[in-house]
Amino acid sequence: MTTVRIPPTLREQTGGQRELPAEGDTVRDLLDDLTSRFPALEDQLPFANVYVEGEDVRTLDGLETEVRPGSTVILLPAMAGGA
Amino acid sequence: MPTYRELLQQVRAEIAEIDAARGRELVDRGEAIIVDVREQDEWDEGHIPGAVHISRGNLESRIERAAPDPTQPVVLYCSVGNRSAFAAKTLEEMGYEDVVSLAGGFTDWKRNGHPVELHSGLDAPRRARYSRHLLIPEVGEQGQLRLLDSKVLLIGAGGLGSPASLYLAAAGVGRLGIVDADVVDESNLQRQIVHSTERLGEAKVESAKRTIEALNPDVQVVAYKERLTSENVERILADGWDVIVDGADNFPTRYLVNDASVWHGIPVVHGSIYRFEGQVTVFKPGAGPCYRCLFPTPPPPELAPSCAEGGVLGVLPGVIGSLQANEALKLALGIGEPLVGRLLLFDALSAEFNEVKLRRDPDCPVCGEHPTITDYIDYVEFCAGTREPA
Repeated sequence: MTTVRIPPTLREQTGGQRELPAEGDTVRDLLDDLTSRFPALEDQLPFANVYVEGEDVRTLDGLETEVRPGSTVILLPAMAGGA
Repeated sequence: MPTYRELLQQVRAEIAEIDAARGRELVDRGEAIIVDVREQDEWDEGHIPGAVHISRGNLESRIERAAPDPTQPVVLYCSVGNRSAFAAKTLEEMGYEDVVSLAGGFTDWKRNGHPVELHSGLDAPRRARYSRHLLIPEVGEQGQLRLLDSKVLLIGAGGLGSPASLYLAAAGVGRLGIVDADVVDESNLQRQIVHSTERLGEAKVESAKRTIEALNPDVQVVAYKERLTSENVERILADGWDVIVDGADNFPTRYLVNDASVWHGIPVVHGSIYRFEGQVTVFKPGAGPCYRCLFPTPPPPELAPSCAEGGVLGVLPGVIGSLQANEALKLALGIGEPLVGRLLLFDALSAEFNEVKLRRDPDCPVCGEHPTITDYIDYVEFCAGTREPA
């Protein structure tokens, strides 16, 4: 079980949850688990960066990046707001 | 009890003295630390080039900063060589091994035709205004002069631009450019603290200019009452900016700022906010990733609500905009570790900061090894998702 941090712009799709537990050994598994429970996330995820232990998974093994129980996983979509 | 004359004579007998000619040799060789122990007003009227100023009264507390190594040669001088004799005695007692006093002091130095550097530093009112900066070794007078000479461009005079511009102005950043096409609206005042109720309906750049100039007359505000576009960005950047503080409220402007900054080699202090959370980072061309390395493709508008649509806690831009000012000041001063390659995340509800690493993308279309975007594009269209990202 890994806890995934949900950014504010994705909380409408997750019933307002700030963090969600997810099952899986890789980032892909975690995201599949989340979208199976929160299908509205699916459209958003392609625009969100994923960080495991503070590292962008694009610089690791992408969606195949392994996660361990207790790993810190952060979803991060772009936010433009500044005003 | 010895008289002053007797005491001076006794001290001069115990310390080493050099004359102006020997002093000149040491100054030219550049190995010794030259310390002027006179008062500020004497220093201001001229001093030995390359000298540091530590008035006699501050000598014990500040010498270690100027001369951390007690084996390094130190030359002390004052106006005629008396105060520097006592100062030399003090430094010897503190353990400095190679201390000399310049006999005849600055007076003899000038009389012998050696070079004099006229003080071009802060005047008395500025020393008072920036006194808390002057006390910090990493800033000091040189740093403050650097700030007064620096030029920061703010994109947006809104939530982030308000605190950022106020703190940069208070810090004495000499020139602040502000780009914003909007007028002050009632819904802005819950967070945009550079404006006020009496400015409703006024152009934001004019309102910000008035507030900033009232706060600090040292700051020159350049107001651009326009939205940053591909058409005006070159004209605005041609005014010469050291740092850009990006507090825009939309994706097209974010990507435009990024591309322009990469091509001009200007660091961008990026901040963004939504509801209770904010992000800050520094995109420094050549030293770290750019905005496109982080977010190659903007989310479609329907998936990326703005603060106008989703709301924002009023104090949140205060936190994030202040962090942006902090980064901009560090970049202007050349101190500390700016947030290059690091994205700082702040969650106001949990009062937590998180940090993730950002890496340069070698395939980035703008800052990568083989860029495919080399001129301004239609950013509105790019962000509307009707055009595939390159």
